[in-house]
Formats: sequence, C-alpha cells, structure tokens
Amino acid sequence: MSTPSAAAIGPLVDDARVAARVAVEARQDAAFRVVLLAAAAFVLLVLGAAAASMLWGGRDAFATFGWKFLVSDQWDAVGHQFGAFVPIYGTLVSSAIAMVIAIPVSFGIALFLTEIAPTWMRGPVGAAIELLAGIPSIIYGMWGLFSFVPFMAEYVLPWVNRNIGQVPWIGPLFRGPPLGIGMLTAGIVLGIMVIPFISSVMRDVFRTVPVSLRESSYALGSTTWEVVWNVVLPYTRSAVVGGIFLGLGRALGETMAVTFVLGNAHQLSTSLLMPGNSIAATIANEFTEADSDIYLSSLIALGFLLFVVTFVVLAIARLMLHSLARKEGR
Amino acid sequence: MKTFWTARIHGVRSLAALAAAGLLVHAASAGEITGAGSTFVYPLLSQWSADYSTANGTKINYQSIGSGGGIAQIKAATVDFGATDKPLSSDELAQSGLAQFPVVIGGVVPVVNVEGVAAGQLRLDGTTLARIYLGQITKWSDPAIAALNPGLKLGDADISVVHRSDGSGTTFNFVNYLSKVSPDWKSKVGEGTSVAWPVGVGGKGNEGVAAYVKQINNSIGYVELAYALKTGMSYTVLKNHSGNMITPGLESFEAAAASADWGSAKDFSLVITDAPGAQAWPITASVFVLVYRQPKDAARSKTAMEFFRWALEKGQPQAKALNYVALPPSLVKSIEKYWAAEIK
Amino acid sequence: MTLAARGPRYRRRRATDLIAKVLGVAATLFGLFFLAWILLVSLRNGVHALNLQTFLQATPSPGGQGGLANALFGSLVMSAIGVAIGAPLGVAAGTYLSEFAERQPALRETVRFVNDILLSAPSIVLGLFIYTLAVRTVGHFSGWAGGIALALIVLPVVVRTTDETLRLVPNVMREAALSLGIPRWKVTIQVLYRAAAPGILTGILLGLARISGETAPLLFTALNNQYWAENLNGPTASVPVVIFQFAMSPYDTWHDLAWAGAFIVTVFVLLLSVGTRAYLLRNRMDSAG
Repeated sequence: MSTPSAAAIGPLVDDARVAARVAVEARQDAAFRVVLLAAAAFVLLVLGAAAASMLWGGRDAFATFGWKFLVSDQWDAVGHQFGAFVPIYGTLVSSAIAMVIAIPVSFGIALFLTEIAPTWMRGPVGAAIELLAGIPSIIYGMWGLFSFVPFMAEYVLPWVNRNIGQVPWIGPLFRGPPLGIGMLTAGIVLGIMVIPFISSVMRDVFRTVPVSLRESSYALGSTTWEVVWNVVLPYTRSAVVGGIFLGLGRALGETMAVTFVLGNAHQLSTSLLMPGNSIAATIANEFTEADSDIYLSSLIALGFLLFVVTFVVLAIARLMLHSLARKEGR
Repeated sequence: MKTFWTARIHGVRSLAALAAAGLLVHAASAGEITGAGSTFVYPLLSQWSADYSTANGTKINYQSIGSGGGIAQIKAATVDFGATDKPLSSDELAQSGLAQFPVVIGGVVPVVNVEGVAAGQLRLDGTTLARIYLGQITKWSDPAIAALNPGLKLGDADISVVHRSDGSGTTFNFVNYLSKVSPDWKSKVGEGTSVAWPVGVGGKGNEGVAAYVKQINNSIGYVELAYALKTGMSYTVLKNHSGNMITPGLESFEAAAASADWGSAKDFSLVITDAPGAQAWPITASVFVLVYRQPKDAARSKTAMEFFRWALEKGQPQAKALNYVALPPSLVKSIEKYWAAEIK
Repeated sequence: MTLAARGPRYRRRRATDLIAKVLGVAATLFGLFFLAWILLVSLRNGVHALNLQTFLQATPSPGGQGGLANALFGSLVMSAIGVAIGAPLGVAAGTYLSEFAERQPALRETVRFVNDILLSAPSIVLGLFIYTLAVRTVGHFSGWAGGIALALIVLPVVVRTTDETLRLVPNVMREAALSLGIPRWKVTIQVLYRAAAPGILTGILLGLARISGETAPLLFTALNNQYWAENLNGPTASVPVVIFQFAMSPYDTWHDLAWAGAFIVTVFVLLLSVGTRAYLLRNRMDSAG
C-alpha cells in the first residue's frame, strides 16, 4: 500500500494544502524506504565481503588440494597436508547434539514461562534463563573443562558406556573410554549455551499470539498443551524457526567453549565419547601459530567452508519448511 | 514534536563532535609501545612492563597472541616488537629487515598422572618419550620404561597421551627435542608449532594440558615449569645429552643456557633443546624478540630498545620470581653488541 | 461430570497436558540448574577478586596488585560502539525485510538467507575480516576496529529478531493506522516499533549479551592493553580477552581476576536486561497476561 499521489486524491479534496502535504509524505516514505533498503543491502555486502575475503585467503589451499580438501582427514602442519573432513564432521555432529538438546528444552522453558508459571515468577525466571546468554563463552569453556568434564567422566559417561553402549544399532555411538572430553560433552555444553537464544525468542513470540485466538481455543475445551501445540506454535512457527536458526548459528560458530571440551584431536571415530575437532576450534587454536603460507591458507579455507556448511544446512532447513508450508496450503 | 527532534539532533551533533575529536587524536604517542607474540613469555614481559612503567613512566603493552601471531604482526608492522619461541632463520630475518635476540630462558617439563608416582620419581629418556608420543609404547608396564625405573611400581594400564591442541612455542620446543633424540620421530612427525600427533588428545594451552593430565588417569603430558610447580603435578626426570638424569628446575635450565653455543648462531638463531651441558635440562627453551633493523619510527624503536636494555640488565629478580631463567651476563653483552651493530 | 465419567480420550488428553506441564517445569529446572552451577563456580573461583580494587585499578602483572577497571571500561565502550552501529542497521534492515519488501521477494529472501549465514559465522572469522579491513590498512590495532567487529556480530541477531517480531504484529494495527492517513514511515516508527518493542529489545539485548563474552573478534582488532588506553586509536583492553589470558595462567592474582571478570560481565548483562525491560514495560500491560 503506497501513499496515494496528490493527483489521485486531488479531485476528492479541494484543499491544495492537503495535496501538498500528501506529496511531502510520499517523499518522506520514499526516503525512508531507501534508507531501509540501504541497510538491507549492507547486510548482503558484509557477508559477501567476508566470504570473498575468506575465499581469497583460502585460494592457495583449494588450488593445492582441490576436492580432496573436503574429504581428506589428514592434518599435518609439518608435512603440509591438510584436509577439512574432521573439522567439518565435528562441527556438524556437535551442533546436531546441541540442537537435539536445546530445542525441546527451550520449548519447555517457553511453555513454562508463558503458560504454567504464576505471573509473579515469569519475569525473574525469564531473566535468569537469559542470563545464560550473558555468560562469556570462555567461561562455558572453563567451567566445562574444570567442573563439567570431571562430572561427566566420573558419573555420566561410564553409565552411558555400560548401558547405552550395548544397545544394538546406536550402541557404537556411545561406547568408549570415559575421558570426559569429547563430542557428547561438547554437544551438551553447546546445547546449554544455545538454550537462552531459542527460549527467549520463543517466549517473546508466544506472547504475541492474539488473546482471542487462545481464548477461543480454550472455549472449545482444549487443554493448555493443546492450545500451545495446535494454536500458538503454528501461529508463531516462522519466528520459532528463526529462533532455532539463531541458536544453530551460535552452535555452528562457537569457538571457545568447544575448544576446551572437544579434545581437539584430528581424528575420526564413530563414538561420541571420543574427542574430535570443529572448524571454529581449529581456526582459533592454530591460526596465531600457523607458520607456513599453505597452513594459513588452509585455516582460512576452513573458515570459508564453514560459510558453505551453514549455507547447506540452512538451505535444507528452508526447503523442509517450504514443503511443510505448501502442504498446509500457504 | 519540534523539541523532540531538536533535542535529539543536538545530542547527535555532540556525539559526532566527540567521535571526531577521538579520531583526530594521534594514534598512541611515543609514550606507549606495543608488542605481541609468544604466550610463553607473557607473564614475564607483563611484570617487567609494570615495573618499568613504575620506574620511568613508559608503558610497554605486550599481548600474548602466540608466536606465529607475533611474527605476523611485526612483519605487518602493526606492533613495535614481536616475541617468538621459535627463532627465525637469518635468511628470513634478512628478507623482512628484522633483527632478532633472545630475552629469557624457560623450560618444558613432562608431567604424568600415575597412581603412586610422586613428583620427580619417574625417570624417562628422550627415546622412550618419543616412542610414547609415537604410540609405540602403549602401556606403563612396557619394558623400556621399567628399565629406566627399577623398583617403581607402574601398573599395567594404557598410557593416555596428552598434547597441545593449539599451536605453541611450548610444543615447538618439545617436538624439536623429540626430533633431535629420535630419528623415528623426526621422519614420522617432525617439528613445528603444531604437528600431526599420532596419538593423544589436545588440551588448550598449558592449563588445558594440565587439566587433562590431572583429569585422566595414567596420562602423560608436557607443560611449562611454572604450571608443573604451581599445580603440584608429578613432573618426570629426564636423561640429558650427557647421560645424566636431570631434575627440571631453574638450575638445570641455567646450565642448559650456559652450555649452549650462542657464538656460532648468526642472529642468535639457535634452539637450545638437548643442550650439551652436564647438568643441562634437555627441554630448555629461549624466547626471542623481533624488531626492525631500520624502523620507520626511530623514536618508538629507541624507547622499545631502552626497555629491553633495562630488562636484560636489571630484570633478573622478576624472571626468577616467575620461574624463568635470566640470560647469563656474557650473552647479554653479545646481545648489546649486536644491537649496536644491527639496529639503527 | 467427573473425570472418570468423561471418557478415556479426555483422560488421555488430560494426561498429555499434565506430562507436558511437568516436562516444561523440568526443562526450566534444567536450565536454571546449569546457570546456578556456572555462576557458583565463577563466584567461588573469583570471590577473592570481587572488591572495590577490581573496579578501580588497571590489570596487574603476575606479581602485582590490580583490578579490571581498564578492561571493564574498554569492553563497555567497544560494546557500546558495536551496539550503536549494529542495532540501528539491524533494525533498519529487519524493518525493510518485514514491511517494505513486498514487491521484491527475491531480494527479501536472499537477504534473509544471507543474514542467517552471517549469524553462524564464527566470530574469529569476522575478527580476521575486520583485521584486514581496519587494522592492516591503518597499521595498528584500535578500539574502533574492535567495536566494528562487535557490530558485525550484533547485526545479524538484530536483523533476525526485528524481522520476525515485526511480522508478528497483527495487520489490524497497520491498517488502522494507515486508514487514518498516516504516512508509512510514521506508522512504522510510531505504531509498529512500539508494538514490537519488547521483541526488538530482546534481539538487541541478545546481541549485546553475545558480544559481552566474545574473545576471538577482539583479539585481532583491539588486541588488549595492560594499561588504560589513551584513546580508542590504540590497543584497548577488554574483559573477555583479559579473561582469556589470565584464566589460563598459573598465577592466583590473575586467576581470581579472570573468574571475577566473568561473574561481573554476567551480572552486568542481567542488570541491563532486567533494567531495560522494566523501563520499557513500566506503563504497559502484558498482552498475554
């Protein structure tokens, strides 16, 4: 809907002053629009420039190793052989574990804060959960290393190894020495870090659902759960997905926390109890000490690959959402 | 409505003026010098800087971003000096127009977490250490270890190897030593600030390695002396080049520094691991400072060099307090001669 | 009718409802448990350094006495720059995506997608990018470069949340305002932003919370400073970098300060978040009760 031009409403109104006013407002609207468009274009520009600068820095690595760079699990700084497979795998797996934990927990928290908790409790508890976002990521790393890892190594992982590790099919995923550090621990720590991002967004958007929608559902005899699952969630689905992407973004790019508890071993293993490596952790650990051009280039190429990995993951997620929306006739 | 906007425009104008003023102020005057590099030497440079600043007001701001970072930043001339644990070769120095000199000595110490083994009890030598890190020796009951430790009950558990995940000078000196004493290591893995470890998990920083070793039973790792002493870990005794079993400490580090052949190294480009001295600790490390031979800003360079002169001549107490070894006076003299000759 | 008389399907629905509520409480307890654990660990490790000196003196050498004042100030200033640049740009871009891009669906979806990718960029990559742009070019580290790097982290968060929040504002509001003849820009600023304020604010606060704890981008842009920086044109101290360097050291003074710094940052983010929410909502009634 654009503001009608002076000519369009001229015949309806005699007063020339009003027509002039409308013209002024039309110009203001156009100017406003340009400013906003510039801001949006800036976002495109920033990513484009960052990705381009990563690609440029990584060109040596891509030129030297070619496609092998993506599938090789070598990482030898002395022999100058680099491959991105182990970090890519680690990034994807640790983020997947993080999301598996964070999404249901965040949903539960949002449910609690909007439907279950008494009104006086909602503010403080909500603020407390958001506090999780304010803790510096390096503290997650240090707490993870000094408090959480010993806890995992002594109580949780041996139990997992004995019980879940023996189950057919998924057993090998959970079998291994209880070192404490590893994919599973890193995934859990990441999950906790990501919870406040998802739950705050969920909570805020749950509250925007028009009261009339919810009330009418209650009037038909729905339980609280049914209202949330069948009315609130579909209404806010896009924004909820946005919140999940916020969390996913954090998980994929998180550096400090992961690097303390992932074990930083450039080796692949099926077990989640074994250490691995992630793209961000590799870059952070090795960038400042990279002593050869190909090494530096490989690290920057890793940075570029993270953009690619994110692109692929988000594209798949969007396609899934798109098909879901189409099924609903939108 | 008018006042709403007038107030905001006024505010924005004052903010803009403030910002412009900030931008116009000249970037860090000669009163503050910036350096970056090795994490190994960070605590000492920080202490020296604080004391120097109290003494004569000049601020030396040194930040630990890693040896590689230090080299990169001085080459890019974004800092006034860089610090690195791995010396650059004379060719590299000539190419970039840099001069190099050591400032302090430190040491890397293997530490273990084995039930019943106290600090200084376990004896190892270079070959055995290399074989452990190569994954060739996998159990604490291995005959090679038992041969060096008659009478010490070590049990039969698997050895969990811990190394550094981040690139570091500590790693560089450790693997440099392993390369010198084990041809097998040299050919299979080699040396660098970051290597392809055949086995083990990587801890971030000295603290990370210390934490993993403490956490994981039957593990072995390597840390700087300060960490080993501070955390009360079980450090090992190592057989040195002369065949003696040496306990790590300031005396054995000093012996290594004194016995190293500084005279033969152009631009002091020497790694002093596996030093020949009778009482020398085998994994001793030096930290080097890099500056421009013909700096663009002569005043800042002069200020930086005055600081280093002060540190080398008068900074011994601070070094000792922080478990580093100050350079022997003869070495300090050669360094000052080098400055006079090379740095304008 | 009694519950028993209502029939098995109803009872099952009630049971599901109860389970959902219990799980909701459990999830919240899960989150609060870890929060308490982390805060307690920070407090226990840093309590020795939680005193006035920490707020007044600059960072010390290993053997000396000192505090975190220069780092706290540096972080404050650089975060302020980051939010001052990132938040308005983010709100503007998010507004464009939600309100003014109806006729450019390709551009709109591309910007949304690109923004999501930027969101996931590791902060170290953004820091390196700004290093090339704002440090190599001028030849020295600076607080300005640090602020710009932080802005790049805040930007995508704010764009996302603004976009989503504005999209959730019911169309009735837009139509009602427009029907009064108000130009679109006024509708956006005076009606839509007011309605979406809590959500937009959450986005900005989330961005601020995130940059309060980021080390990697500052390491290559603002470096760090042992002393008070004379101005933003040189290396500037910041709390996350100080924590990073001090926490991994074997010295007690440094260790205590690192943990205390972590605790202070967390409490600061909390106070800011609670304070701004309280201020913004002091005259409003919650729409969902």
